[in-house]
Amino acid sequence: MGEAALKLAESDPFAVADVSVETQQAVERFLYRQAEILDEKQWDDWLALYTKDGHYWMPAREDQTDGDGVPNIFWENNDIMKMRIRRNNHPHAHSQAPENRLCHVVSNVIIEDEAPNGDIVVRSRFHCAEYLRYEVRQFTGKYRHLLVRDGDSYKIALQRVDLVNREGPWEYVMQWWL
Amino acid sequence: MTQSQTWTDEKIAALVEPDRVHRLAYTDQELFDLEMERIFEKLWIYIGHESQVKEPGDYYLARVGRQPMVMTRDGKGEIHVLYNRCPHRGAQLCTARAGNAGKHLRCSYHAWTFNLDGRIDAIPAINGYDGTRFDKNDPLFHIKKAPRADNYRGFWFASLAEDGPGLEEHLGQAKIALDQLIDRAPGKECEVVGDCFQMVQQSNWKIFLENQIDVSHPGATHESTGYAAMTVEEDMKAAGETPPLEYGFLTDFKRIGIDGWDKFGTTGHPQGHTTLEGYMGLRPDDPDTNEYVRLMYDAYGETKAEEILGVDMHHVLLYPCNSVQPPLQQLRTIRPLAPNKTLTEIWQFRLKDAPEAIYRRSLGYYYLVNSPSTMVNADDLFNWWKCQNGLTSDGGDWISLHRNAGQDLPPDDHGIVHSAPASMSELPLRHMMQVWKDYMTNGHAKVGG
Repeated sequence: MGEAALKLAESDPFAVADVSVETQQAVERFLYRQAEILDEKQWDDWLALYTKDGHYWMPAREDQTDGDGVPNIFWENNDIMKMRIRRNNHPHAHSQAPENRLCHVVSNVIIEDEAPNGDIVVRSRFHCAEYLRYEVRQFTGKYRHLLVRDGDSYKIALQRVDLVNREGPWEYVMQWWL
Repeated sequence: MTQSQTWTDEKIAALVEPDRVHRLAYTDQELFDLEMERIFEKLWIYIGHESQVKEPGDYYLARVGRQPMVMTRDGKGEIHVLYNRCPHRGAQLCTARAGNAGKHLRCSYHAWTFNLDGRIDAIPAINGYDGTRFDKNDPLFHIKKAPRADNYRGFWFASLAEDGPGLEEHLGQAKIALDQLIDRAPGKECEVVGDCFQMVQQSNWKIFLENQIDVSHPGATHESTGYAAMTVEEDMKAAGETPPLEYGFLTDFKRIGIDGWDKFGTTGHPQGHTTLEGYMGLRPDDPDTNEYVRLMYDAYGETKAEEILGVDMHHVLLYPCNSVQPPLQQLRTIRPLAPNKTLTEIWQFRLKDAPEAIYRRSLGYYYLVNSPSTMVNADDLFNWWKCQNGLTSDGGDWISLHRNAGQDLPPDDHGIVHSAPASMSELPLRHMMQVWKDYMTNGHAKVGG
């Protein structure tokens, strides 16, 4: 099991850590900025959000504790993220013509653990509307982030995304992260 | 068989010419209903693999044509395929996609209980039926079973026709698709990995089958993904890293280009099955593959192992419902919902006793190609949706299947036709529509019933 996955799995998903207002604000700012980067398609900034070994993970089942070695809806490291960015921006990525648009609202931000070195485990909820093929579809779910301290801010070691309808069926694929 | 006023045999037959098909075959609701009756509720339709119902009491839902079905395993370990319907008032018995019912299926409405083979077990306050026409031994009051259910080496199918060719006869030579899913395992067994991914295609079921076996589309449809994967591979190599082998499944789209797909032969079988030869580098000379080959030699002996590994199939379509990629342990099954709507289940299988790296390679393919975040099917699904839209327009009535038409090689001893050498022939597409015409017109001898 990966180190980051283990940390998330071992963190109490209902814990509420007693953190400073400054820490709460810094973490919220980070989550809101991540959503904005996605909505505004700032791909260099997106890649910079993650540690070198960081993963974006959307499990296919709630009882999964690790994305490694099992089927997932998303399980992406830096290389696959780059592949996705380059593919979706290629002139012949015809399923991105017209381009989709995402709009996130992130809320219910609860820090569940703050380690002595400043690393954070935080959970939150999101709602995301996607405009695609001239229609809007809705996604909603829960985020859990393992953030590692990086100077004044953070980087994502692991982001877990549990969709409320993770079992599908899917009307169309997800081409970008949520 | 229903006699259609609108769609006489002559009118249906006129939709399919040797090198083109009329668009109504893909869009007309009444034709769709006839397809359900004459193809999907008659031929052998895939239900699922036995490993989906491992334990007694396990069930898994399936759909055969328009009929909601459920696969169960009883206390003796036997598998059954039942209509998912209580014989009392018609309520669906199982609602979760999969689960364990314990010793009995229990109807939530009036607590009638049934054995897992469908026979009635108990009814509360049964004395109320004294002196009525109700009879506990009458099959009318048991859960109806699929008229025929059978398995080929653990892969379960059902036919809703009382008579007709048996499962093995229907599978014919195409059963190699299922053989390969098992025989490639050093442990000589396979099982499903997790649950399937379910996608709803906004297009006709035939468009899906045609795409799977259409060699002139990958270089065009998937160019962007091939390009992106190739640049990431190059970046990794420049940084002294080794790209994962599964990236190569995507770079093929770019490497082979749009018109380089003439090396891969296709076939059409009399039952409607079709095949496409392998093109991916599936037996590289790396330590993981070599270890796997060694285990295969240990299990089967060199000659037999080489025979198994030498089968070079990228895709086998089991008509009318399965798309199997044996070397990558992928199986898709389709459940048509409407002329323009098709549910797909996409499964990955694990080869027993194969090295972890071999499992991970097929998992990589499952993720990159078949998951809900796929970078490959994203463009396929989009094309099919656009085709379906285009076929409802009056911009033209015919779909062209002219590529290498009239150049197919004559049938071999098994009645299998082969594509013209060095071609990107549309043989499988033409072939499937010829068979469709046979199944759809009354009195077709092969179908039975």
